Amino acid sequence: MCPRNSLAALPWFHEALPRLDSPPTTAYPRPIMYKHRVIDEPGRRLLRMTVNDSAIEIAVRPHKTLLEVLREDLFLTGTKHGCELGECGTCAILVDGEPVLSCLVLAIACEGKEIRTIEGMADGPELHPLQTTFADLGAAQCGYCTPGFLLTAQALLDENPDPTRQEIKNALAGNLCRCTGYLKIYEAVELAAKRMRNGSDSEAKR
Amino acid sequence: MSEYRVIGKPLRKVDATDKVLGKTLFADDLIKPRMLFCKLLRSHIPHGTVGKVDIGPALAMPGVIAGLIGEDLPTTFGILPISQDEHALALDKVRFVGDPIAAIVAEDEETAEAAIHLIQAELEPLDSISSIDQAIRTPEPRIHDYGAYGNIHKLVNLEFGDVEEGFAEADHVREDMVFFEGNTHLPIEQHASLADWSPDGKLTLWSSTQTPHYVHKALARVLGMPAARIRVIACPNGGGFGGKSDPFNHEIVVAELARRTGRPVKITLTREEVFYCHRGRHPILMRVKSGVKKDGSITGMHFQSLLDGGGYGSYGVASTFYSGALQTVTYNIKRYKFDGARMFTNKPPCGPKRGHGTPQPRHALEVHLDKIAEDLHLDPAEMRLNNLVPPDSVTANYLKVGTMGLGKCIEKVIEGSGWKEKHRKMPHGRGIGIACSSYLSGAGLPIYWNSMPHSGVMLKLDRGGGVAVFCGSIDIGQGSDSVLAYVVAEVLGIDPFDIRVVTADTDLTPVDLGSYSSRVTLMSGNAALQAAEKARELLAQAAAEKLEVPSGEIVFADGRVFWASDPEKGMSFAKAVVAAESKFGTIGTVGSYTPPRSPGQYKGAGVGPSPAYSYSAAIAEVDVDPETGIVSARKIWIGHDIGQSINPMLVIGQVEGGVYMGLGEALMEEMAYRDRVNIVHKTPSMLDYKSPTTHEMCEVETYLVEDPDPNGPFGAKEVGQGPLLPTIPAIANAVYDAVGVRIDEVPITPEKVLRAIRAKEKGKDPRIGPTKFPEPEWSEPLVVPPPWEGGDGKPVEKKEVAG
Amino acid sequence: MLRLPNFHYHVPESLAEAVRIKKDLGPLAMFVAGGTDLYPKMKRRQQEPHHVVQIGHLEELQGVRRLDDGSCRIGAGITLTTLAGDTTLKRDYPALAEAAHLVASPQLRNVGTLGGNLCLDTRCNYYDQTYEWRKGISFCLKKDGDTCWVARSSPKCLAVTSTDTAPVAIALAAEIELVSTRGDRTVPAGDFYSNDGIRYLTKDPDELVTGIRLPPPNGWRSSYVKLRRRGTFDFPVLGIAAWIRRGDGGTDAPVEEARIVLGAVFSEPVLAPEAADALIGRPLSTETISDAADAMYKLAKPMDNTDFLLSWRKEMVKPYTKKALEKLIG
Ligand SMILES: Cc1cc2nc3c(=O)[nH]c(=O)nc-3n(C[C@H](O)[C@H](O)[C@H](O)COP(=O)(O)OP(=O)(O)OC[C@H]3O[C@@H](n4cnc5c(N)ncnc54)[C@H](O)[C@@H]3O)c2cc1C
Ligand code: SF4
Ligand code: FES
Ligand code: FES
Repeated sequence: MCPRNSLAALPWFHEALPRLDSPPTTAYPRPIMYKHRVIDEPGRRLLRMTVNDSAIEIAVRPHKTLLEVLREDLFLTGTKHGCELGECGTCAILVDGEPVLSCLVLAIACEGKEIRTIEGMADGPELHPLQTTFADLGAAQCGYCTPGFLLTAQALLDENPDPTRQEIKNALAGNLCRCTGYLKIYEAVELAAKRMRNGSDSEAKR
Repeated sequence: MSEYRVIGKPLRKVDATDKVLGKTLFADDLIKPRMLFCKLLRSHIPHGTVGKVDIGPALAMPGVIAGLIGEDLPTTFGILPISQDEHALALDKVRFVGDPIAAIVAEDEETAEAAIHLIQAELEPLDSISSIDQAIRTPEPRIHDYGAYGNIHKLVNLEFGDVEEGFAEADHVREDMVFFEGNTHLPIEQHASLADWSPDGKLTLWSSTQTPHYVHKALARVLGMPAARIRVIACPNGGGFGGKSDPFNHEIVVAELARRTGRPVKITLTREEVFYCHRGRHPILMRVKSGVKKDGSITGMHFQSLLDGGGYGSYGVASTFYSGALQTVTYNIKRYKFDGARMFTNKPPCGPKRGHGTPQPRHALEVHLDKIAEDLHLDPAEMRLNNLVPPDSVTANYLKVGTMGLGKCIEKVIEGSGWKEKHRKMPHGRGIGIACSSYLSGAGLPIYWNSMPHSGVMLKLDRGGGVAVFCGSIDIGQGSDSVLAYVVAEVLGIDPFDIRVVTADTDLTPVDLGSYSSRVTLMSGNAALQAAEKARELLAQAAAEKLEVPSGEIVFADGRVFWASDPEKGMSFAKAVVAAESKFGTIGTVGSYTPPRSPGQYKGAGVGPSPAYSYSAAIAEVDVDPETGIVSARKIWIGHDIGQSINPMLVIGQVEGGVYMGLGEALMEEMAYRDRVNIVHKTPSMLDYKSPTTHEMCEVETYLVEDPDPNGPFGAKEVGQGPLLPTIPAIANAVYDAVGVRIDEVPITPEKVLRAIRAKEKGKDPRIGPTKFPEPEWSEPLVVPPPWEGGDGKPVEKKEVAG
Repeated sequence: MLRLPNFHYHVPESLAEAVRIKKDLGPLAMFVAGGTDLYPKMKRRQQEPHHVVQIGHLEELQGVRRLDDGSCRIGAGITLTTLAGDTTLKRDYPALAEAAHLVASPQLRNVGTLGGNLCLDTRCNYYDQTYEWRKGISFCLKKDGDTCWVARSSPKCLAVTSTDTAPVAIALAAEIELVSTRGDRTVPAGDFYSNDGIRYLTKDPDELVTGIRLPPPNGWRSSYVKLRRRGTFDFPVLGIAAWIRRGDGGTDAPVEEARIVLGAVFSEPVLAPEAADALIGRPLSTETISDAADAMYKLAKPMDNTDFLLSWRKEMVKPYTKKALEKLIG
């Protein structure tokens, strides 16, 4: 049993494995073969998921984050990144309708999931009401944080069609924006919510 | 006022739809076939000489294509001609933790990253310097072998009138010391660049830069290539705030690597590396002494700034001048003296951040005035109102003030906030404070000496009625592309969304100096206005001929060109272009803008002049928890003199964004280093560098004061930077109103507030702030008598030495 | 972009298989649930498992269940969003729901789990940095180096417990369910942590947390308050969990039992019996609260390795203890 909880504390750990000052990717040890079950190799593995309503099949390596796969393999560069450590919210996307940070989710953990990115937010040529209000009210200045805000706000409105200002603040508390000071973003969310409520009202009446 | 169709309307930005669709391509979104990825090895010591750098082991790694070390790019560069002190990769010395040493390019980013760890770099540590005080005390070893002396990079000493006389004339003289800690831009987009080389010897660089023109120049210099063969395209910036205004190491490195490998090379910095690029707010220790009459009028002011510059020059010389330049454009100052010194230290270089060099002295000044008002038993808002610089005047340091709406701004915020009922009248723990400021609408002089225009616009009109605007300016989120479209659309009477805007491509667009110093709306806006008016003239002549009416009576509106007296008599805009093209040949026009000459004729007079100054006044209301010292902003009222808003929605967006950034600087943001542990950055991440979230941001009430300035396009002045400035001192003054303590140090953290509250409870001095001011060896001041003392803007020859 | 190092990824089909893999691979393997702690640390090369064993999906780790004796069992795999939003939990264990609600940011709570939060690595601002940064200080005791930069003479690591739910779990006297190849057991939450920044959990490394059990909500009250710079994202720099049981006689009745826990100061959340003693036998009042706050203040010895100055963090123990206890009045 190891004396401490950390791997590094084991004397043999560093002998058996290269330390980081040699490259971790190439100096990878040979895969350990497991007796009763073949363990996934660090090689590629087939992944099936739905991205913006299209079924996707793609071979990915286990350590690839969803962010990397979306941007670098699927060329969905609308998903942005600002830290890759879960600290800014820029990479937020929807997995089964819930906002999560694509920089901290493994792509292979998304097997069978429904992913929505900014590219799949508009309905064909029809902008999502949030996209319209963000554009019209100046809620996107440089626009870099915008995809993350839009998708997070969409999840909020899907769950709560009439959020208060405070509820909007709470829902968007995981997204940083350096340009707007958030105020125009709140206004855009409020206006979109109102339009969506009115829209569904009139549909219901019809 | 004339009726505008586009100007002054809250229209969508021309690029907004792309942005909400995620279609805008930022630099890191660009993908090229056979693209390679670059990573930089950075110094992990703060100061040292560079010995042998062996990239051999890295090159041997499968997947690695090439590498570079300092010797491969020996030419220096830097943003200012007077401080060309950077190397693309450290050649002889490293000067801060994070200074790049070597570069590796590989088939993918992971391989490049892994290979970096195989580089053997011999670094011999030297003694390092981490503070202003230490830099003054430690002349050796020098971080750079140029500068004023020792580790002092730049000294500035200017005297406009005899301040001692001013102090003697005063009813009250007060001196204050304030320290403003450095902070950084933290654009959410990390810097990225992509370079491509074509076999015919041409280089293209796409980059997240605010200043493609300067990057173009730096590349030509360092790569030793004719500028004509280099094309720099600035991608839309995912936030800039001044942080992408220098030519950077990584831009030059990928360009060289593309040249060597013949393949596209991309680099995207990590968040930590963005902290090392920095070029943010200089930490400044300031001392201000003023003499005032009983009514608060200023008889003389002596302002001193000591700037912690970090490891390189960057914009630092300009920053040093700026820290003493704009004090004079808000309130009348009869005599003014400024001493500034910038030090080299072993930290990432400081440079221009929103408000470039002026928020720190503005903060010191506005807090100082708040204390003076208290000393004189005056209402600080009234005192400011009574001492404003008049419009159309020249200041003691020869800045030409044109329109000046600060008085209206102050009146608006006083009324909106209920100042009179609140100031010094609210319960313990709640407070209100006021501050004002001013900022340039573009610097009067370019960064390198030349007499060419600062901004150029080309307009191309198509037979089909299409209009394309070409301009070197780059949209960093402020909406400059839209401003170009709005201006042209207004003049030509067409829909701004029909206009194609092509910007920031050194091959295609005429030079614009860049998106810094709030210059774009005014300068490229004026250039666009000129180009559009020329095109309008051609079309009007041709259309008038066709319609057989006088060309002076032609109106452009709603996509039509028609006779004012009978709108039926007209044609579509496209037809008018056809008429003009038939008459004159291909229709293309140009416009350019050069700022007016400023009256100052002394060395240093180049920093501070602007075609127009914007003005802002802010009132902040805060809560201070006396038990914890935690400050939270409740609401900020801000009045901004914009001249004329081209688009009020964008203007208010800039105001709110500026207030947001000011709030962060006032309360939590700081570039902190561990000076005893290798001067490493203490918080190089988005979690630890505290940027306000939705929870910290407060309500903002914006009042736009519109008084069109003759120098601005349609009368417009800047808004990108100004509103940040008064926010910080307004908060500091509100903290005092709330709990009676003075925190003369930014950021105003709960630790400092609580310490001051405790001191107050014990009957001690309820102030936290600097108490010592280390004096560098100042140089002989340049003496320039102010206009009202018969000065002509030139320095007088010699002054007898006073003590 | 900061990227993860290469690793083998295991998705065991059963709990038994999960603990088996971990047992066989030893320290080469680590469990992952939400990954919101592990993945950033792997990107910064603070943790370098060669095998990552996904456990969040395992059936035994799901659900919130009321047991026959009135106690409640919460699966370690439930997300913090669920924990914070569950209506029964909000009613019966508001302090726990509140603590979960105060963790990180909404998106992180959608993924981060209770188990991961309880096992959260200790933090230190000399350690929670990239590999390149840590190289600049020649690393530290906790990873790759041999000096503790917080206290250079310290033989042990002083990294700080930064979990929000653990102090509450201890205050509520929760039991932690553990499973390994050797069978299962439960340990009181109070015995689950140890005051060592490296070996901060007392469980064997191959033991997996399947859930926690909370005592029946019969009359006691609890609260949690958290101090941090911003209202979101930030880890606690101080967390106070309080639990009291009063005798019969309503809100003026004397306190019979109390537990107050100090989080985010030491390497483990610390139970403060002295503070509890200040409350016991007396009705909860400004005075008793103030005494308890003094006791907490004496206990706290923050180190200089989180946000804020340590002197201020120590000072904050008093007002924050008061805040936590004042929530229990009435
Ligand atoms: C920006 C940011 C801010 C954060 N702020 C906070 C905060 O304010 N408060 C806070 O408490 N946390 C915070 N966190 C940390 C983290 O998000 C939460 O603690 C979360 O609950 C961790 O859960 P997880 O499932 O994601 O853990 P994982 O990353 O999956 O696991 C964390 C650790 O626990 C081990 N582990 C996980 N589950 C089990 C199990 N069932 N049995 C045994 N071992 C297990 C893993 O091996 C790993 O070592 C923050 C994280 C980030 C990135
Ligand atoms: S407390 Fe000391 S040993 Fe532990 S992580 Fe921090 S610096 Fe390293
Ligand atoms: S990139 Fe910052 S949270 Fe994912
Ligand atoms: S719009 Fe630029 S960061 Fe939000």
